[in-house]
Amino acid sequence: MKARITITLKSGVLDPQGKAIQGALHALGFDGVEGVRQGKFIEVEVAETDPEKARAEIERMCEQLLANTIIENYAYELEAA
Amino acid sequence: MKASIIVFPGSNCDRDAAVALRSAMGAAPDMVWHGDSELPDSDLILLPGGFSYGDYLRSGAMAAHSPIMREVVRRAKAGTPVLGICNGFQVLTEAGLLPGVLMRNATLRFICKDVLLKVERTDTPFARHYTPAQVVRIPIAHKDGCYFADPATLHLLENENRIAFRYCEEDGTVTDAANPNGSSDNIAGIYNETGTVLGMMPHPERLIDPVQSGTDGAKMFSSLVETLH
Repeated sequence: MKARITITLKSGVLDPQGKAIQGALHALGFDGVEGVRQGKFIEVEVAETDPEKARAEIERMCEQLLANTIIENYAYELEAA
Repeated sequence: MKASIIVFPGSNCDRDAAVALRSAMGAAPDMVWHGDSELPDSDLILLPGGFSYGDYLRSGAMAAHSPIMREVVRRAKAGTPVLGICNGFQVLTEAGLLPGVLMRNATLRFICKDVLLKVERTDTPFARHYTPAQVVRIPIAHKDGCYFADPATLHLLENENRIAFRYCEEDGTVTDAANPNGSSDNIAGIYNETGTVLGMMPHPERLIDPVQSGTDGAKMFSSLVETLH
């Protein structure tokens, strides 16, 4: 199965990179941009075919390594490979 | 005194740290590869600066799960002093030995310069050769040095007297202008609950000899040698 994992900064955590991107978008004339937050997208393929077990495994990966839950939230979608 | 320096792929301050320790100890520290799982007898473990694993994913995130780190965490919890400098500080937070996280500098720039630090505590193995509230000059060299922790954690660090160093002015006042990277409460370094694990972004090992234009970093190594000999 394949997990499509999205990692985002928690609200309240400063994101200077997002701010810089917002500034660049304004410079390009996208005046309507009111906020930009940058995150990460990770695809993980697992051999597990049982969705429930795969979910548990993906969540352990996120908690232990892929996200730093002090500053980041994670969400994922699971699909058959 | 016996010391071990952990060498990760991408460490680049390990030899500077070895020179600093050798000149303070009079003997060479053990250099321990991250892939090893056995650590020699050590009175001090040092995690050096650098860019372990190219800072992939997050600074220090991969190194925190290196085979040797299991043993480093075990020894740290048993009371062995551990010093994490720069990338070493990032590894200590990712390994859960210190709270909080080091984020991208507020300026988004890599900053390499001397900064002034207020010594907040001198009752630890690392800092007894400094004087309370002393202002010392130590270089920083990092892009991910903005210390972040939630308000409850910052409150706890303050209450438990666990802040080691703060970025400050020449007279020791802690101001936003003296904060190079946007760190919460100007924090440059913190201790664990027992004062035996220290993580800091500045590089004491880079200022140990007059030829380097200062020796304020040498006192940290002499403190360690006197305490742990």
